[in-house]
Amino acid sequence: MELFRNTNFDFLGKKWPFIIASLVLTVAGITSTILKGGPRYGIDFRGGAIMDVKFAGQPPVEKIRTALSRNVKGEITVQNVGGADNEVLIGTELQSDQALAAARAAMTQTLEATFGGPGAGAGKLDFNNAGSAALADQIRDPLTRAGGGLSDQQLQELADRLRAYRDQRRSGLVTSFDELSSVQGVTPQVVSVLKQECHLAPFNVRRVEVVGPKVGGELRWQAVKATLYALAGMLVYIAFRFEWIYGVAAVIAVFHDTIITIGLFSLFNKEISLTVIAALLTLVGYSMNDTIVVFDRIRENLKILRREKLEKLINLSINQTLSRTILTSGLTFLTVIALFLFGGEVLHGFSFALVVGITIGTYSSIFVASPILVFWQDFVETRKKARGTGAVAAAQSAQPVRRNSVKAVK
Amino acid sequence: MTKGVRTRAIIIVSIMLLAVYGIIGLPKSTAELAQNVSRNIRLGLDLKGGSHLVLQVQVQDAAKAEADREIEALKEDLRKAGIDYAGMDRNDPQAPDQTDAIQINIHGVPALKTGDLRSLIGDKYNTWILTPVSSSDYRLNMKPTELIALKKDTVERTIQTIENRINGLGLTEPTIQQRGRAEAEYEILVQLPGVDDPARVKQIMQTAAMLELTEVKDGPFSSPDQALAKHGGVLPLNTKLLKAAPRADRNESGDSWYLVSRSAVVTGRDLRNARPGRDEMGKWETDFMLNKDGARRFARFTESNIGNRLAIVLDNQVKSAPTIQSRIEDSGRITGAASQQESSDLALVLRAGSLPAGIVYEEERTVGPSLGADSIREGLVAGLTGLVAVIIAMLAYYKKAGINAVLALFMNAVILIAALSYFDATLTLPGIAGVILTIGMAVDSNVLIFERIREELRAGKGVIAAVDTGFKKAFLTIIDTHVTTVVSCAFLFMFGSGPVKGFAVTLVIGLIANVFTAVFVSRTMFDWSLGRQRQVTTLSI
Repeated sequence: MELFRNTNFDFLGKKWPFIIASLVLTVAGITSTILKGGPRYGIDFRGGAIMDVKFAGQPPVEKIRTALSRNVKGEITVQNVGGADNEVLIGTELQSDQALAAARAAMTQTLEATFGGPGAGAGKLDFNNAGSAALADQIRDPLTRAGGGLSDQQLQELADRLRAYRDQRRSGLVTSFDELSSVQGVTPQVVSVLKQECHLAPFNVRRVEVVGPKVGGELRWQAVKATLYALAGMLVYIAFRFEWIYGVAAVIAVFHDTIITIGLFSLFNKEISLTVIAALLTLVGYSMNDTIVVFDRIRENLKILRREKLEKLINLSINQTLSRTILTSGLTFLTVIALFLFGGEVLHGFSFALVVGITIGTYSSIFVASPILVFWQDFVETRKKARGTGAVAAAQSAQPVRRNSVKAVK
Repeated sequence: MTKGVRTRAIIIVSIMLLAVYGIIGLPKSTAELAQNVSRNIRLGLDLKGGSHLVLQVQVQDAAKAEADREIEALKEDLRKAGIDYAGMDRNDPQAPDQTDAIQINIHGVPALKTGDLRSLIGDKYNTWILTPVSSSDYRLNMKPTELIALKKDTVERTIQTIENRINGLGLTEPTIQQRGRAEAEYEILVQLPGVDDPARVKQIMQTAAMLELTEVKDGPFSSPDQALAKHGGVLPLNTKLLKAAPRADRNESGDSWYLVSRSAVVTGRDLRNARPGRDEMGKWETDFMLNKDGARRFARFTESNIGNRLAIVLDNQVKSAPTIQSRIEDSGRITGAASQQESSDLALVLRAGSLPAGIVYEEERTVGPSLGADSIREGLVAGLTGLVAVIIAMLAYYKKAGINAVLALFMNAVILIAALSYFDATLTLPGIAGVILTIGMAVDSNVLIFERIREELRAGKGVIAAVDTGFKKAFLTIIDTHVTTVVSCAFLFMFGSGPVKGFAVTLVIGLIANVFTAVFVSRTMFDWSLGRQRQVTTLSI
């Protein structure tokens, strides 16, 4: 099977609409980001607390907001978690490191008090949010009184099994104690003690992230610094292996991809968290890989077809690598789409960045990086003409894109 | 040719055996196999659930405590040496980075005694520097070397104490380590995989657990004002006013306050053991035993104070103030626990020792066990779906050569996982990003090679020559893309934070494995299959 064979698309001839599109997207991305006051950082980078809470039914978003606003300082945001309609992310910003512990505790307590359901606060343990040690502790004495006393080890094992059932089979939310009777070692007696000593809050706290503003700022700076150094490193390596303009072109293309992706995050109101940074790094790697494959072919063709015009030569190189480009991107895209569709909420922002990034990364190798080489060549030639075409030596040094061209003409 | 293939095949098989051994070990049963796999593929906290905590040691607390001790000792020495002074106090630094500002102020020393004060400080308090502020006032600052030692020691002791407490909880594979430089950052990183009740663990770590058994001088009072009023507005020398802890089991209305002696009879350092227990009514309490030295002091004190009250003070709160009935030798109890868990947690922190300074949580990332279980399941489903799609596409597009690619991809994944296991690295979410990029680049390497071979075939080359040229030409490209990425990873590793580092490490391992599988292994497979045919005229690609 072959998709492309000896294609001969004139990519560079039609470069202008694409370059304009790229510019528009880049500018739109930057504008959207600036208008919204910078990228929307996740609490990793901003400092704050978020809690991922899964509800048994439709989450009462407004009620959560008002209840929490009363007890926690700062603005409360409640938003649905992508892909799931019964799960919300509750967030608040924090101004100081000292407020962290207090805000977290206040959030938990408010949730428990407002949504805990019957039994909350009456000395009953919330089965859906309890650890197994606390659970074992809660039922030890009542179980002994009811005549079903267990040794500490047996009790702990029973609690571990109950917890495993809750977390692995029910995603953390048990809605009725009666369904627990299917768990090994749970007798009707245990169920009745559970009913008596515990209650089932209709929510489960699945994730908590609390980051102090100081740590957040450090993380943000460190991620940016590491990425910039990595880009510089790549530029130097490509300049060493090819010519410096290739390095510059590749880095510009990667910047273009990153800015557009960040812009899309801003347009879609998605947060940039540490995980998304990992995705952006992946996109940088992917886009760079794609660009180098095309550049490599250009370099190879420069050696064989010395008389060819650069624009034609680049076109040829892109066409020669086209079936590889489409195939690789298509296959990688398949993996990433699978991740986006089935990977769950934790991977959501991450796979979104990759879906966008791979598309743009592929596109930019052809329509951003390659035209830059042509522009540079044209620029050098016009300058040479303006100076007069006298010295061969000058031409040699001023024409880095085609190192061998002068020799070829001779 | 055949011989070369055999040597290469031996190399490949031994590397693969080593990799497989790294993942599954030498299992004797399926249960053991599963156990080995889950031990060798170490998932990070973000995937399997657990708590990641960064806490800051409030080193200024240790400096203040040190200053307080010096003030007490200095007052005593000044009295003995007959040096008069009007007052002595210290400043109150609030944050760890203000620790260096710790300062003791001595007011109103007569000019005549200046020389005596100087020589006393020089002799007995040589960790401090004395500077005159005015003709009668002085300040003492801690020497820089002492400050560094104090801060370092405080952080180390805090780590030690937290380690003891967490080990006492019996959690699996906790990590407790210093973050950054001990003398400048005071941060501790605690990672607790699979912890199901992070709030409790945080509480246990944060409890100062300073136990003091001390004499009750007066009380209880209903408010500090009442206590002050009774003593004419000034607290008696060497006493402090402490609030009683609220009791869940008793319905007392309002607060109560006790005036207790500043110098404790015994402290938490004199403990030999502590364990949860129950009183005669079946209520939970924490029983403690004193060591020899502490027991001797406690016995002497209780013997001479029968009928008086004793305060059991934990973290500056009076837990209880029982009347001494008889001479007590070496044991005591702290009552008022609400549950067994509370009493055993208290026993645990008492056994582990008190914290030398307070701690503040700067960062907490907790992934609950239910989300962890969901992530692993969903991640597996997504990963397998993607992989199956890639395999089908490769086989459909490249026919038999596709098998090469798929095998190479599998070996790449196996080597990557094995290498992570050999390096004791954990697989985190950013690590998975690295794996995805690895898979992308691995597929790309195969596609590059195959497309090149096709091109050469189209150009009319023979099969063997086409395979040879295809590999040679694609190899250059593969090296360039891989080295570029490895270069960037080196920078990410050097300058990035934890998650970024995880990404870089996984990616570098994956890329090295890929050069091996996509180039070396795949080439060997081509040579092997071509070598078996007598006349090579067609290639399924």
